[in-house]
Amino acid sequence: MTTDTVGRFERSLDELAVSVEFTSATDATDRLDAILETPAVGVPLPFDGVSVPESVTTSPTAAELADARTGITPATFAIAEYGTVAIESRAAGDEPISLYPEHHVAVVAATDIVPDIGAGFDRLADRFAAGGDSIVFATGQSATADMGGLVHGVHGPGEVTVVVLEDR
Amino acid sequence: MAERSHAPDQSDTSAAPNSRAETAAHLRHLLETEGEAIHTQTSVSNYRRAQVYDETDNLDALRTEARAIKEDAIDRLPELIETVREAVEANGGTVYVADDAADANAYVADVVEDRAGVDDPEAATGSKEGEAGDGDGNGNRPSVVKSKSMTTEEIDLNDALEADGIDVTETDLGEWVLQVADDTPSHIVGPAMHLTRKEIADLFVEHFDPDVEFDTPEALTKFARDHLGEHIQDADVGITGANFVAADSGTIALVTNEGNARKCAVTPDTHIAIAGVEKLIPSVRDLEPFVDLIAKSATGQPLSQYVTMLSPPTNSPTIDFESPDKPLGGDDSTAATNRDREFHLVLLDNGRTDMRQDDQLRETLYCIRCGACSNSCANFQSVGGHGFGGETYSGGIATGWEAGVHGQDAAAEFNDLCTGCTRCVDACPVKIDIPWINTVVRDRVNRDDDPEAYDFLVDGLTPDDEPDGFDLGKRFFGNIATVTKLGSATAPLSNWLGDIELVRSLLERTLGIDRRRDLPTFERQSLVDWFAARGGERESRRRAAAAGPEDRNRTSELDREVVLYPDIYTNYVDTDRGKAAVRTLEALGIPVSVPDLPESGRAPLSQGMISTADRQASRVYAALAEDLDAGRDVVVIEPSDLAAFQREYERFLPERSFERLRDNSYEICEFIFGLLENGADSDALSTGDGDGAEDEDGNRSIAYHSHCQQRTLDLEAPTTALLERCGYAPQTSSVECCGMAGSFGYKREYYEVSMDVGDRLAREFDHGETDLVVASGTSCGDQLEALLERDVPHPVEVLAPNSAV
Repeated sequence: MTTDTVGRFERSLDELAVSVEFTSATDATDRLDAILETPAVGVPLPFDGVSVPESVTTSPTAAELADARTGITPATFAIAEYGTVAIESRAAGDEPISLYPEHHVAVVAATDIVPDIGAGFDRLADRFAAGGDSIVFATGQSATADMGGLVHGVHGPGEVTVVVLEDR
Repeated sequence: MAERSHAPDQSDTSAAPNSRAETAAHLRHLLETEGEAIHTQTSVSNYRRAQVYDETDNLDALRTEARAIKEDAIDRLPELIETVREAVEANGGTVYVADDAADANAYVADVVEDRAGVDDPEAATGSKEGEAGDGDGNGNRPSVVKSKSMTTEEIDLNDALEADGIDVTETDLGEWVLQVADDTPSHIVGPAMHLTRKEIADLFVEHFDPDVEFDTPEALTKFARDHLGEHIQDADVGITGANFVAADSGTIALVTNEGNARKCAVTPDTHIAIAGVEKLIPSVRDLEPFVDLIAKSATGQPLSQYVTMLSPPTNSPTIDFESPDKPLGGDDSTAATNRDREFHLVLLDNGRTDMRQDDQLRETLYCIRCGACSNSCANFQSVGGHGFGGETYSGGIATGWEAGVHGQDAAAEFNDLCTGCTRCVDACPVKIDIPWINTVVRDRVNRDDDPEAYDFLVDGLTPDDEPDGFDLGKRFFGNIATVTKLGSATAPLSNWLGDIELVRSLLERTLGIDRRRDLPTFERQSLVDWFAARGGERESRRRAAAAGPEDRNRTSELDREVVLYPDIYTNYVDTDRGKAAVRTLEALGIPVSVPDLPESGRAPLSQGMISTADRQASRVYAALAEDLDAGRDVVVIEPSDLAAFQREYERFLPERSFERLRDNSYEICEFIFGLLENGADSDALSTGDGDGAEDEDGNRSIAYHSHCQQRTLDLEAPTTALLERCGYAPQTSSVECCGMAGSFGYKREYYEVSMDVGDRLAREFDHGETDLVVASGTSCGDQLEALLERDVPHPVEVLAPNSAV
């Protein structure tokens, strides 16, 4: 990761109308709390010293998932070139939690931002070799043009925020 | 239930099926009902693709890499099928290779019935009772939610499942609209793009009688989302297609924007992915160029919203909305042993193995179904996939798919809508020669046709290498060189004949030449004869020397000799542009020869007469070999003939012969621009400092329409640059094709499509800002002359010394 890569990631997200927030690991929980709208669901975050806010329900029920306004998940890595976050399907429910609520908040370590899609596939191949089996490249909001105009928020989130952990 | 009709009331067309009149009526109906919506959407996607392609530095490398991966994968297909079987089974899933549609449908129905029974033992009984029911919202019937998949359209999966008492709900918004309307896809990527927002709103109001107003796309989308969300929550099984399947890890790649495929894949406990066998690639690492390309080529987006790469069954928890209080989540280390997920990969053959063994159709299997060939096609933009499409697939590549999976007859119905303009060649992300596939299938269709009663009419005019019996009009146009030569020899009689109503009526009935088209006016003296009468090569050498080049410091680059290729239109119909080319070259100090050379094969090629074209290629090369050996340059005025030399001849000539001709042949304006770049003096040419409208820099405005095949050869820019250099301010057209496309616009069944396409070009130029309109192709010029009611010369006629244009 270089400053340049983070800057490129920020510009890509800006073009996608995805909000981006930079924070230290220490401040991350408070920052997430300020971003989310309740009810919120999430999965435990794997970053040292970072936990999801107390208002977030982990291991939600199907009913809680369906009612949630915000879903918080980690991103295993991000691709600066396209403003993409890589969400891994895990038993904790990253995939449905990033997909069902109207607002998806993805948390990514700055060191996990790679410059381009080639580097992204290198990371993906590494994860698959290490036993991972499913990753979604999510880029911007869910969208359709099938109803006579571009509309965001179809089956997936209409709003996306990326939180970058500057010191992770 | 009957499908929504895309054909007009045919009671007024009593002729045999697929008669010219019936085809014309069908296409006219589509132009009126769907053309505008289709054009709006395809032209935007086309524009965006061109833009994002331009912005992508390594585009060509990506396309080459993607192509190479597909070539390798199809080559190794049997091996990859075994690899993916092992990988999916190791993951805990099942692979089923289905021979055909019935086989695939039966397997899927079995899985659904089995899983619905496991979920709720009463459901299986319910399904048996439900078979006679109306199929609407019966909670006891097994239910399936689907994401968009052309492969399931190919096998009519929905109908098969419904017949088995299974409820199916499409969750892609466009596909769902079609399901509600009982309609069929009009585009591979945007299946409902032929419907306007208002038509969709009216459909929903009629069908659902909702409380809300559907006055915006947002309102429609929200309604659809809520409605479909419930179906996804209740479904027993989720069915998706697969954009790609990575064999070594058993990974399915799904490329979507809405997110419905993700929901279908992970919400129910059972996921069935259905993919043609050609979707297999060796590994996840091979996905990269495809993921990078597919959104660019499909919609012009840099990347799709969601690229899901999952190797099911996954650890992701199933979501049981019937037990709303059960927490999701678990532990990855135990998920694999505890999970209740089931995954089935259905790999469909349905003709693909045969396509793989067919040297001409194999390339179709590289298709990633992005729809770029549809978006870049002028005819598709006018009529959409209900006209330019078969049972399932649409657009240029559909000819290959339909011939392969549904049989040649399915392709024959629409194949003639491909004019061979080649604009899809640059658009295709895997570099498939789509026009060639169309030519091959046309050739095969020709050979299968029965002899017709009127063969004697064209027999004398058709010294071709084709069997008797196929479409007379095609045979006529394929042998147009002979016709044109005869027309010239008998001018002006031939021209008078063309003005007689009785003759036009006969031509329309027998050859299908639409009587609304002006026929070409033949010149009595051909260009070759004019050149010979003027003193031939010796006179040209004298004139070139007299232009005074020895006074200047001419570089060796300018020490050249040109063979001007007398294409049949330049030679017999539009001799003025040939004369202008000769005079221009001579004025720049270049001696010219204009030998009597064979027709290039372009005309027979466009009618699917491959063996005739092959023969012509050999004749042309034989006639030019000595000039090429002597280092002379072959200069061509008609872009479609140059395109034959530089593209199709690769398939007809030995590699060295092809390369020799390709490397030494030039488009006329490209050649002249090259001379000026190498120091030739442009003072000899006519410049834009004369009368007429000028821009702020004093350059004369001129409207220039390049030629479709010329653009594919990247040869529009030299003409534009040449015009600029000579004091003109060219305005270029943005439409892909003029709609005339050689013989296409003359044909009765396609006249109106041709005019619809042409109208869009005419509107771009019809501002009254310029009094000069030029075009590089003969038929482009004819089309513009008909639409704008004015002369439309070739650019070289404007630039020639002492030009009167």
